[in-house]
Amino acid sequence: MRKRSIAQLLPLLLLVALVALPQVLPRFHTYVAAIVLLTALLAMSLNLAIGYTGIYQFGHAVFYGVGAYGTALMLTRSAMPASLAFLVGPLASAALSLVMGLICIRLSKLYFGMLQISLGSLVWAVVYRWYSFTGGDDGIHGIPLPDGIASPKGSYYFTLAVTALCVFAMYRIVRSPFGKAIQGIRDNPVRAEAIGVDVKRHQLASLVIAGFFGGVAGSLFVVVENSVFPDMMFWTFSLEVLIMCLLGGMYTFFGPLVGASAIVLLRVFASVHTQYWSLLLGTILTLVIIFLPDGVLGVFVRRYRAKSSN
Amino acid sequence: MLKVESVVKSFGGFKAVNGVNLHVNAGEIVAVIGPNGAGKTTLFHLVTGHLSPDSGRILFKGKEIGGLSPHVICRRGITRSFQVVNIFPRLSVFENVQIAVLSRERKTFRIFSTVERMAEEEVHRILRSVGLFDRRDVESGLLSHGDKKVLEIAVALSGNPDLLILDEPTAGMAPEETERCIRLLRKFSDESGLTILFCEHDISLVFEIAHRIMVMVRGATVVQGSCEEVRSNSEVQSAYLGESGGC
Repeated sequence: MRKRSIAQLLPLLLLVALVALPQVLPRFHTYVAAIVLLTALLAMSLNLAIGYTGIYQFGHAVFYGVGAYGTALMLTRSAMPASLAFLVGPLASAALSLVMGLICIRLSKLYFGMLQISLGSLVWAVVYRWYSFTGGDDGIHGIPLPDGIASPKGSYYFTLAVTALCVFAMYRIVRSPFGKAIQGIRDNPVRAEAIGVDVKRHQLASLVIAGFFGGVAGSLFVVVENSVFPDMMFWTFSLEVLIMCLLGGMYTFFGPLVGASAIVLLRVFASVHTQYWSLLLGTILTLVIIFLPDGVLGVFVRRYRAKSSN
Repeated sequence: MLKVESVVKSFGGFKAVNGVNLHVNAGEIVAVIGPNGAGKTTLFHLVTGHLSPDSGRILFKGKEIGGLSPHVICRRGITRSFQVVNIFPRLSVFENVQIAVLSRERKTFRIFSTVERMAEEEVHRILRSVGLFDRRDVESGLLSHGDKKVLEIAVALSGNPDLLILDEPTAGMAPEETERCIRLLRKFSDESGLTILFCEHDISLVFEIAHRIMVMVRGATVVQGSCEEVRSNSEVQSAYLGESGGC
């Protein structure tokens, strides 16, 4: 019993550490920590679709990008209050997720993923070319932010607060009846349908939720980076987010957080020493897939469960 | 309760089901028997919406259900088990049954309530009645084959069906597991008047628990009647019972 309560305290301890972080870390590291947070949110939102619902969401970066562009465009091109911009981005992602979902959902598994990549590339191409509106391949830079969140510390705390809130919301969703139902669909869609679950509608709802939180991560990117560019929604980045889920453990809630932290930190700190940092990532990933097929956190969860059931 | 009238289903040029007739009255246990490839599973898929018929009628409680999707048919009151075990392997035994109960109560779209103890009493009652209560926290993929089969029946039962369809419920079970399974089915039939339609290769088992039997050969109904009628039917004897040495 005591062990269990320690495991449950971990997220809280992590949160406390994260709050204290900017007080002890230099400016650059605070910025990296903010990137880690929003990338973790992005990976966890993807995991709702792929790890919890079993949908091959291969184009998740598009929702991240649309969330970021939605917010960036609102901040630079409209006179609306800034708080609205942070709502418009994620909502645009959710809407796009719904539309793309309606088109893709009739296909299963890999075909779903392929079609989603194609549609996502279409969105990317539009953003990449539409100079007059999206800034084309230059992106948008120097986005004006509201006073409170413009400083490095301000943007960090904003990112932390929003991420924590979203992670909590996702945690509630996963543990709701809806969350159980989508896990059932992941395990066995035929069985789910045979007990009266409308599989497609649940999948669609899950996609919209995942798209929404992916969009929130995109909005946070604007806060931390002050800029957006089309490559953040390119399909290769979608794969990178997918790798974060695989690395950390798709069937655990916090696994993608571990994976996202590992990859972001690796990119930031290893790329200082070598431009071949992705070789390092590739090696690590290969080893993880061979020796820890459930991901890094998945292994711990399995051990922990085995111990507690003894 | 269930009425299947001259239903046809073909795959490419092959008529897997070719003019099947089947009646199931409320409270009955009806068995479908026939040699391998006779179309038993295809027939069940047609009734539960996993396939849609090319022609013919499938009436349930007087309403046409042919071609509806599985989740709609489930809500009309038919649940089923599959020939190959079909459960949620990464979820616990408890969660498997819980999802089915929540689905029946149409609660699976709730995202703001905590699922953990929802419907707990009912799930426990169901698990007790099938004898899986002690294993409720086990990841269901790790159960023995026999327990998985029983769990699947429990999941199907959790939908409170009017008609329960079982596709070879005892396939691959050890003799004592088969025994346990039969006792269960009898119990549900006796206690709650559950209507059961099943198919099975074990002929002695069929004659033991079925009220009526329908014999299928090459996609078509040969005869449907009481055990005696089926046993004495010469066509059945030559087509089927003869091969297995009678009973």
